[in-house]
Amino acid sequence: MVDTLFIDPSRCIGCRACEAGCRECDTHKGESMVMVDFVDRGMSVATQPTTCMHCEDPVAPCAQVCPAVAILITEDGVVQQADPSRCIGCQNCVYACPFGVPKFDVEARLMKKCNLCYDRTVQGAQPWCAQVCPTDAIWYGDFEAFTRERAGVPVNETTFGDQTVHTRVYHVMSEEHTATFDVTRLLGEADRERFESRTEAWVL
Amino acid sequence: MTTSRDFFVPLRDFNYDFQRSGRGRGEWDQADRIADELVPTHCAFCGVQCAMYLKVADDKVFGVEPRDYPHNRGALCPKGVVAYQQAGHEDRLLYPMIRRGGKHGDLERASWDEALDYVAGRWRDIQAQHGRDAVAVYSGSSMTNEKCYLAGKFARVGLGTRHVDYNGRLCMSSAAGAYSQAFGMDRSPLPMPDYELAKCFLVVGTNVAECFPVATQWLWNARDRGATMIVIDPRETATARTADLWLPVKPGTDLAVLNGILRQLIHDGLVDEEYIASRTVGWEDVRASVEPFTPEEAERLSGVPRERIVAAARMFGEADPSLILHARGIEHSSHGVANCLACINLALARGQVGKRGGGTTMLTGQGNGQGGREVGQKASQLPGYRHIDDPEARRYVSEVWGISEEELPGEGAAATEMVRLMADGDIKSTLVLCSNLMVSLPDNAVVEQALANLDPLVVIDFFMSETASRADVVLPGTAWLEDEGTTTNLEGRVVKINRAASPPGEARSDWWIMRELARRMGKGDHFQFDGPRELWDELRVASRGGIADYYGMSWERIEEEQGLFWPCPTEGHPGTPRLFEERFNHPDGKARMIATPYRGPVEEPSEDYPFRLTTGRVVYHYLSGNQTRRIGFLNSQAPEPWVEVHPQAAARLGIVNGERVRVRTARGSMEVPASVVPTIRPDTLFIPFHYGELEAVNQVTNSAVDPVVKIPEYKACAAALEPLSTPVAGTRPLAHRAVTADEQPAMFPYEVGEARLLKSLPSGGPRAQRLPSVGANGAGDEQNERSDDG
Repeated sequence: MVDTLFIDPSRCIGCRACEAGCRECDTHKGESMVMVDFVDRGMSVATQPTTCMHCEDPVAPCAQVCPAVAILITEDGVVQQADPSRCIGCQNCVYACPFGVPKFDVEARLMKKCNLCYDRTVQGAQPWCAQVCPTDAIWYGDFEAFTRERAGVPVNETTFGDQTVHTRVYHVMSEEHTATFDVTRLLGEADRERFESRTEAWVL
Repeated sequence: MTTSRDFFVPLRDFNYDFQRSGRGRGEWDQADRIADELVPTHCAFCGVQCAMYLKVADDKVFGVEPRDYPHNRGALCPKGVVAYQQAGHEDRLLYPMIRRGGKHGDLERASWDEALDYVAGRWRDIQAQHGRDAVAVYSGSSMTNEKCYLAGKFARVGLGTRHVDYNGRLCMSSAAGAYSQAFGMDRSPLPMPDYELAKCFLVVGTNVAECFPVATQWLWNARDRGATMIVIDPRETATARTADLWLPVKPGTDLAVLNGILRQLIHDGLVDEEYIASRTVGWEDVRASVEPFTPEEAERLSGVPRERIVAAARMFGEADPSLILHARGIEHSSHGVANCLACINLALARGQVGKRGGGTTMLTGQGNGQGGREVGQKASQLPGYRHIDDPEARRYVSEVWGISEEELPGEGAAATEMVRLMADGDIKSTLVLCSNLMVSLPDNAVVEQALANLDPLVVIDFFMSETASRADVVLPGTAWLEDEGTTTNLEGRVVKINRAASPPGEARSDWWIMRELARRMGKGDHFQFDGPRELWDELRVASRGGIADYYGMSWERIEEEQGLFWPCPTEGHPGTPRLFEERFNHPDGKARMIATPYRGPVEEPSEDYPFRLTTGRVVYHYLSGNQTRRIGFLNSQAPEPWVEVHPQAAARLGIVNGERVRVRTARGSMEVPASVVPTIRPDTLFIPFHYGELEAVNQVTNSAVDPVVKIPEYKACAAALEPLSTPVAGTRPLAHRAVTADEQPAMFPYEVGEARLLKSLPSGGPRAQRLPSVGANGAGDEQNERSDDG
């Protein structure tokens, strides 16, 4: 019964309501901790929202590599952004995160990232991004509720070569995918030529 | 531009757009203030009218909180999240201004008395000299029902002019005309949560994802339950991307596809004969009229591969219930009414209208696009969706207004015609409110001339719009969160807008301004009200007994019952969320099926103008952008327009992504950066319309209109695209070779959905049948030559 985010890129329309909502958070004050990216605008309008995945097992890579123990994890498993009184600005976390989530604010000399809207979620409210998302591409709730209400396969184990991370946050995959998400393997299998040959003629 | 943004700018690997664009750190530091009050209201933008709370302290709005409501369920799009930032915006107009030095003088600060006395004085002179109709009112639908109602009454009673119309003419008039003809009532027949019940969506000319983001959740939820989706659009939009079937239509030729689908339904035996016989009239006519639209013919006209048309007909025809969604893509057309009627025919032929989760519905664009067209500010209408020619309606409304029937003027010019009357000098002065004509009307060189002819042009606005900057008198109005009233959303749900802050400076609400002007015109007796509540109660009475009957809706009921759907004729009436379940609104209770013979766009591509140019919305902007272009986050996402062009077309012209190019039509030309993307037909160009002056796509669009409802054809005109190195005048665009079979541009099929569908089709699937004829198809080649040869 752990409430968490479920991110379904097939529902994402790239409207950046999550970014706009994230800026409204009392703790970020105008800065968005969620990112929406076109996967490849030269090919498609497909977009992907990225929040912190809140890695669970092993301990989040960003926290593992932090020499100043500035990235603290709450008892309920939410990986917080760097504690300003501890962060030494080394950017180890930025390089260690397999998802590219922590951002380094040069001016503030501080790492910043999503903390699952801790101020809202501890009070039972939804994080801003999931709250406003017009298409429920970012959805907040527990696993049972998700599988009851929604289609798609939630996956929270992501493999990058030798590294596998279990995350609190789920990606939602289509039915034909397996329960693990092996990024390196998928990149290897991606056959651009085959994709491009699956075309038919325009009728002009 | 909607291309990938690079976060990794040196020293800025974080996204600080907001602070850089007009809202300082200081303001954000106040963001965690505790609100004194959460004011419940609805968004300022778009017809969905999402509910929200505004955070208020010390009479200032400083934030937003989500609010759960039946149709938006706590969600907001990016426009909704930041809409509150219009409050206290530094660009707000704070005091009245007059151009004392004439047309070439500057706008100078004036007192309210001076400005209003001047306007009323000029109007009295003009009307004495040139007649009452020489003064016009050009209104809008992005304001409350109370103000829309007052605009109509102000024109007809305060000024006694017949020329009053509104910008819904540019937006909803096609759908309004078609639904009135077919069903006898112009309203979406079902509430948004019902979309979830549909088993198939046919999405025609609407990019739901970008234009109505919050409505998208209902489509996606239905798809989770197994619903399929067919999208007819020249672009592979975010809506089309994951659709089961995408029909990439040539702009302006949708009628061929819709008629082709209906013909296929008939031939596959998928029409509901029983429903047609018991609930409609006119079927035989329609049946005969679609017979010529074989898949081959539909393909020849529309450019949609024939097998997709057949597949669409089967997918749509086998689903029950099925729902058609349509919007400006087909409505902004010289045959917009016919396009909407073709959708209605499809829904009726399948026996879907009146079924839960089935039928056809229009997605109304403006915030109060539905309410604005039924409370009497349209040239042909009186409150309650009454027609101004109907003697009984005239008698009733003039009685409510306390004037004699003879005093009530007749039908005036449509908004698009009004511009001609201004250009020709028949209209000498116009009051413009809630509209930005210089951005929103087609072929805006004519509009500029028309506005320059007016003396005075009076504009009420709260930001200096492209139109206000040309005015002789500018009157500062209120933003949506500074006044209260009601709006009617795209479902027909009436919701309550609440006041959250005082207006800045000397800005006053539109109703105050119109009341004061009416008093100065000697009509104060008819405008005795102190605020919108009295206007609402008057509107309720004025609409009583009409089609759009609001009589039973009090503000209190609207808030308690989470919105009420008209018609709601008595205090005890529950409202009407679903229409046409038993009968249609014609006297015999039957729907009209009306034949829609094919008509293409007024301008077809030619040698000189080989592309089809279409226009549309971006998710970050609303209408003419006068509001959203001033909000930092929104504007930073799309600060300028661009032209989308297919890589194959770009390659032929030697254009690379990001390069500034010239788009030229018979009206003129404009320069924009090119966005080279494969998500658009190779014979089509797309430019978003939210921008002004040299960035306005309406410098080049066609001002041809639908003959019935006078809606302009924004969505299809012939255009040329050329690199800036091409000399501007007197030359033809770069040569376009005919595309040979080897070079046929390719389009994307889908990983999901379509592949699945094609597999399930009998006899090897249409792709197999199609393949041998690729590029060798006679009709296709002919078409190629027409659009690309030059």
